[in-house]
Amino acid sequence: MSAVLAAPRAPIVGDVAKRSESLLRARELGIILVLVAVFLLTTAKNHAFANKASVQQLLAGASLIALLAVGQTLVVVTRNVDLSVGSVLGLSAYVVGLTFRAHPGMPIGLGFVIGVGIGLLVGAINGIITAVAKVPSLVVTLAMLYIVRGVDARIVNGKQIDPSRIPRSFQVVGYDDVFGIPWLAIIVTAIVLVAGYSMRSFRAGRDLYAIGSNPDAAALAGVPSGRRVFTEFAISGALAGLGGALFLAQFATVSAVAGNGYELNVVAAVVVGGVAIFGGSGTVYGAALGALLLNTINQALVAAKVSAFWNQAVAGGLLLTAITFDRWLALRVERREAGAGARHAR
Amino acid sequence: MLVEAMPPVLDDTPEVDHDPTWRRFVRWETALVVVLLAALLFGNATPNFTSTVTIFFVSLNMGEIAIMALPVTLIVITGEIDLSVASMLGLSSTLLGYMYLHGVPIWLAVVIVLIVGVVGGALNGLLITRFGLPSIAVTIGTLTLFRGIAQIILGAQSVTKFPASLTKIGVQPIPHTQLSYSVGFFIVLAIGFAVVLHVTTIGRSIYAIGMQAEAAHFSGIRVNRIKFRLYVLSGLICAFAGVLWTFKLASARYDAGLGLELNVVAIVLFGGVSIFGGRGSVFGVVVAATVLGVIQQALTLRNVDAQVRNIVTGVLLLISVVLPNILATFRRLRAQARNRRRAPPAELPSDTPSPTRGLTPSTTKG
Repeated sequence: MSAVLAAPRAPIVGDVAKRSESLLRARELGIILVLVAVFLLTTAKNHAFANKASVQQLLAGASLIALLAVGQTLVVVTRNVDLSVGSVLGLSAYVVGLTFRAHPGMPIGLGFVIGVGIGLLVGAINGIITAVAKVPSLVVTLAMLYIVRGVDARIVNGKQIDPSRIPRSFQVVGYDDVFGIPWLAIIVTAIVLVAGYSMRSFRAGRDLYAIGSNPDAAALAGVPSGRRVFTEFAISGALAGLGGALFLAQFATVSAVAGNGYELNVVAAVVVGGVAIFGGSGTVYGAALGALLLNTINQALVAAKVSAFWNQAVAGGLLLTAITFDRWLALRVERREAGAGARHAR
Repeated sequence: MLVEAMPPVLDDTPEVDHDPTWRRFVRWETALVVVLLAALLFGNATPNFTSTVTIFFVSLNMGEIAIMALPVTLIVITGEIDLSVASMLGLSSTLLGYMYLHGVPIWLAVVIVLIVGVVGGALNGLLITRFGLPSIAVTIGTLTLFRGIAQIILGAQSVTKFPASLTKIGVQPIPHTQLSYSVGFFIVLAIGFAVVLHVTTIGRSIYAIGMQAEAAHFSGIRVNRIKFRLYVLSGLICAFAGVLWTFKLASARYDAGLGLELNVVAIVLFGGVSIFGGRGSVFGVVVAATVLGVIQQALTLRNVDAQVRNIVTGVLLLISVVLPNILATFRRLRAQARNRRRAPPAELPSDTPSPTRGLTPSTTKG
């Protein structure tokens, strides 16, 4: 089918893909090693850190950011960014809560559908403007961040959702577990695996990497960039909407500030997870692990009785270390290749 | 066919090679001024808006944000971004409060804070120019880092004792005017920035870097050095904004100015600065800050909630990027139609969908 099209560039692509894939594998392995090291060190200092409840909290706490990081990865891989996710999560959480209050007998599945629907709508708007009007996504989604937050505040109007109005069966998703694994973590892991597989093995997924590596080349190779970009924003929005429903299930209390500031945490997780901010490389596994690592470090500081005031500084330092390390690694690979004969100075 | 349908001859502007860009940004600024007039009319229709304190409150609310927007304007014109500005403001405020609380004379505390601003900016600049890291990732990192350091310094504490002679800037305008001191500083700085950007060689270099960093490099512009200095300048100015912020509120807390980075970026982009670099002006940013200040104040007087006012910021931002694009598309289509009338098409436009488009399976995550 597409073999004719792909044939002339296949060797180069295969080569680059293999190399970057081994790099990425090293990257994900690196995060896992750091994760294990943080876990073991903290446990050595405070044995309660390895308790079942504590580990459950680690997983559940990272779930929402990891979920948003999946959508963000799709977007960032194509050199775009979605800053509206935090606002979308807040809006979705509140509206789903509102619906439950108005219709207490509503089936819980419908709650998730409404959340996803709201996110899909905002994501589609982001996607249309970015893809059709060819406006930089940073600006579009920054504008949407404000608009959605404003709409949310308008609806909330100073009130908040309180737990007594949310059906128990819906809240169960937020705090219960199966065989010790929190529902939240199961749902998010499933989504991470599906997205990871699709990004790796499906045509549309590979297209995203092509667009991010070289937009012009992708267009010449027949990649429908506009449609792919639209879809990725719609997915990112839908996942943020789902995140809103899960937020409601987890916390059961929602005010106008729910989700504020999530956007930068999500981007941080994605970058720590090894997704290049200029597109073309990175996996959702890395991004999800990045979210888990950031959350684990936060909780490790608490467990190690370091003041919670250190959280942000450590997260910031980690982010800077991660990107510097990435760059160093890339330069090393480049230099080795230059030594091997490929004559590309830059 | 007709002679008058020829493309415009390039002799009507002195900057021959920048003609289309130049024209477009002039148009955007004209539009901005119209928006400003509309905003003022809207304000006029709001009860109490014309009272003298309004100008003071507008300028008090916008002062520090507008000041931070100036260095960010230059950075965005070079094609980079600085998201750490508001965190630097917070760090500066925190540090000032902490030092004053511990008996450091206020003038010395201010000097140290400004030095910290320079160091913070240099950290950004170093990571971006020396290590070649993407500025958006670096400054998200330092955004978190600076805010985190501020949090370590003061925790949940807040410092509220400052010399009354300095904190009066939060309640009194500059004598004989209705302007806050922060806006006074903003006006002085804006003039300085405008001169540097629009009159000097450095300014032309900044545009050149934003247009094509590689070409600028080969034409002898020290790209990295200029970028580095802009980040240092940004750190310095934002630390200064933090000092003003602290005196304005007579309070220092770690969360001072939390989230303002997005407001700053919104003003810069609304002011017509291209996120891809190479285009924009200080004038546009000044007008944009004024427009937002006036609208926000008018909405406040109409009892619109602060969060709801975000809608206006967002919509204006969206219009500011979508509208020029629509106009450009419109102009291109008109030019194409004109060309087609004159001669058969010489080549296919590059963005024509390729023939394979209809054949690609729309599989996967639908």
